[in-house]
Amino acid sequence: MRTNITLTTLLLTIVLILSGIIGVSAGSSGMHFRETISILAGSGDPESMTATIIWQIRLPRVLLAAAVGGTLALGGLVFQALLRNPLAEPYILGISGGSAIGAILAMLIGLSYFPGVALFSFAGSLLVLFFVTILAGTTLGNTMLSRDSLLLSGVMMNAFCAAVIMFLISMTRSFQVQHILYWLMGDLASMQKNHLPILFMVIPCFAVIFILARPMNLLLLGRETAAAMGINVKSTVLLLLVINSLMVSIIVSLSGLVGFVGLVIPHIFRLTLGPDHRLLVPACILGGGSYLIICDLLARILPSSGEMPVGIITALVGAPLFIMLLLRRST
Amino acid sequence: MNHILDIKNISLYYRNKLILEDISFAVGAGEFFVIIGPNGAGKTSLLKILAGLVNNDRGTVLVRGKNISDYTRRSLSQVLAIVPQQIEVGFPFSVAETVIMGRTPHLGILGLEGKEDFDIARQAMEFTDVAHLADRKLHQLSGGELQRAIIARAICQQPAIILLDEPTTALDPAHQLKIMDLMEKFRREHGTTIIMVSHDLNLASMYGDRLLLLKEGRVVKSGAPGSVLNKALLEESYGCQMQVDESPVGQVARVTPIPAKYLHVHDK
Repeated sequence: MRTNITLTTLLLTIVLILSGIIGVSAGSSGMHFRETISILAGSGDPESMTATIIWQIRLPRVLLAAAVGGTLALGGLVFQALLRNPLAEPYILGISGGSAIGAILAMLIGLSYFPGVALFSFAGSLLVLFFVTILAGTTLGNTMLSRDSLLLSGVMMNAFCAAVIMFLISMTRSFQVQHILYWLMGDLASMQKNHLPILFMVIPCFAVIFILARPMNLLLLGRETAAAMGINVKSTVLLLLVINSLMVSIIVSLSGLVGFVGLVIPHIFRLTLGPDHRLLVPACILGGGSYLIICDLLARILPSSGEMPVGIITALVGAPLFIMLLLRRST
Repeated sequence: MNHILDIKNISLYYRNKLILEDISFAVGAGEFFVIIGPNGAGKTSLLKILAGLVNNDRGTVLVRGKNISDYTRRSLSQVLAIVPQQIEVGFPFSVAETVIMGRTPHLGILGLEGKEDFDIARQAMEFTDVAHLADRKLHQLSGGELQRAIIARAICQQPAIILLDEPTTALDPAHQLKIMDLMEKFRREHGTTIIMVSHDLNLASMYGDRLLLLKEGRVVKSGAPGSVLNKALLEESYGCQMQVDESPVGQVARVTPIPAKYLHVHDK
């Protein structure tokens, strides 16, 4: 097992680094592989135009893509295990709805993208997390974290939020609508260098979830079985729920609602690596990161002018990829 | 007598409905103890209380003389393993991966198994005869193989007590005996206490040291198989006609429920 984890992690780290280098090298002005590596290595002229673009714009953006992809893939993995539902994704408990309302409100009052929109969106998702846990708690008394009541309250929360979002959009003047739509589809373009420290806040969350990877395996077998093998089910589920939601909220506040990564990446790795979360947790973090770096690269270079929201690419590439894997596996 | 489990006056209610009332009994270390009774008598609820999965409303459960609520989940799982009635096979874990999960209460914070853990898991799989199926996924196993894999997981926990909830219900006679013989052999070799819920009165009679007969949440009778498997008690508890005689294969009671169409024969 140890060697398996080490090997997979090592391999996917290499993939992540390679995608990172490609992501930093490529842009609307073409691909400058050698130049980029020499700049990243510290040689070359640090004052040059290319160096500035790389350090100030592309590298922060690639780091954001890696963090967003990794966090969302991991978020989906954890919720799929907690709720034992293959359709679960990081937004399923209503985080998306809450953060979107927060973000749109901030845009409507005309706050800047950072910190205004980010803070409002984070506050929105925290509010939803609070409500969902309370709701799930009161519906079933002492079986507080019953997965069905959690799932249902999340779905209801999202439905309610969707209505509010539609209402807000319908009240909006047309020039603001595009901003809102871009945010809802997920957009990495607003990343700036000084937001980077926020990204590091997800790393302790990764660590906690990795420690809980084995208990997650047992949770798949049912809560009673997990408890019978020494897992403190209530505190484990609660901790996972809160940590996972927090980490997704942090990320969403910076990137908007990048869709599909959190659904498809865990499934792709489950198909290829099996159900053991000690493998899946690092695989999703690294693989999800690489995947979003590449998707973001495509979103930047495919359109002849400007760029498209990365959320379009994630599903456009991910859905066929997943169906292909599924078909190959069943034959 | 050296009691490993002491159950004193426990009661359990669910939404004001009585599930168990004033149950008391004790189980000795190394005993093969079988809980019998009709459907809905509260057997599974009782087993879950013993496993610490359900909290009783009244009374106390002492495990090795210590109140069960004073154990952490982890320390209780080092003493006590349960083989549940329903087994989740929806996720494609292999037999080997499933069995080694039994090491959970003995592992450190990262949950990584060492060589010793793998040795224990391998021995458990060899003991229950599933070692050759190690790489097979759970959903590819037959009922008997699956049950033996889950028993291997319980053994892997190295508990002092193994609780089994109707382990033979879905199995053919040969596999039923195989499971029961395994448990009996394991108990002999390791001194492990076995507590089993069963609907099979004849298996209970042949393997149990002592039986506990439950009906509607109350103890009807507990004691040696011969005293519990009594025609009047069984007919009253299960609500059907029974014949109880001595089994031709050994000096144990044999119970035969009598179908309606043979009742007139039996009366003569």
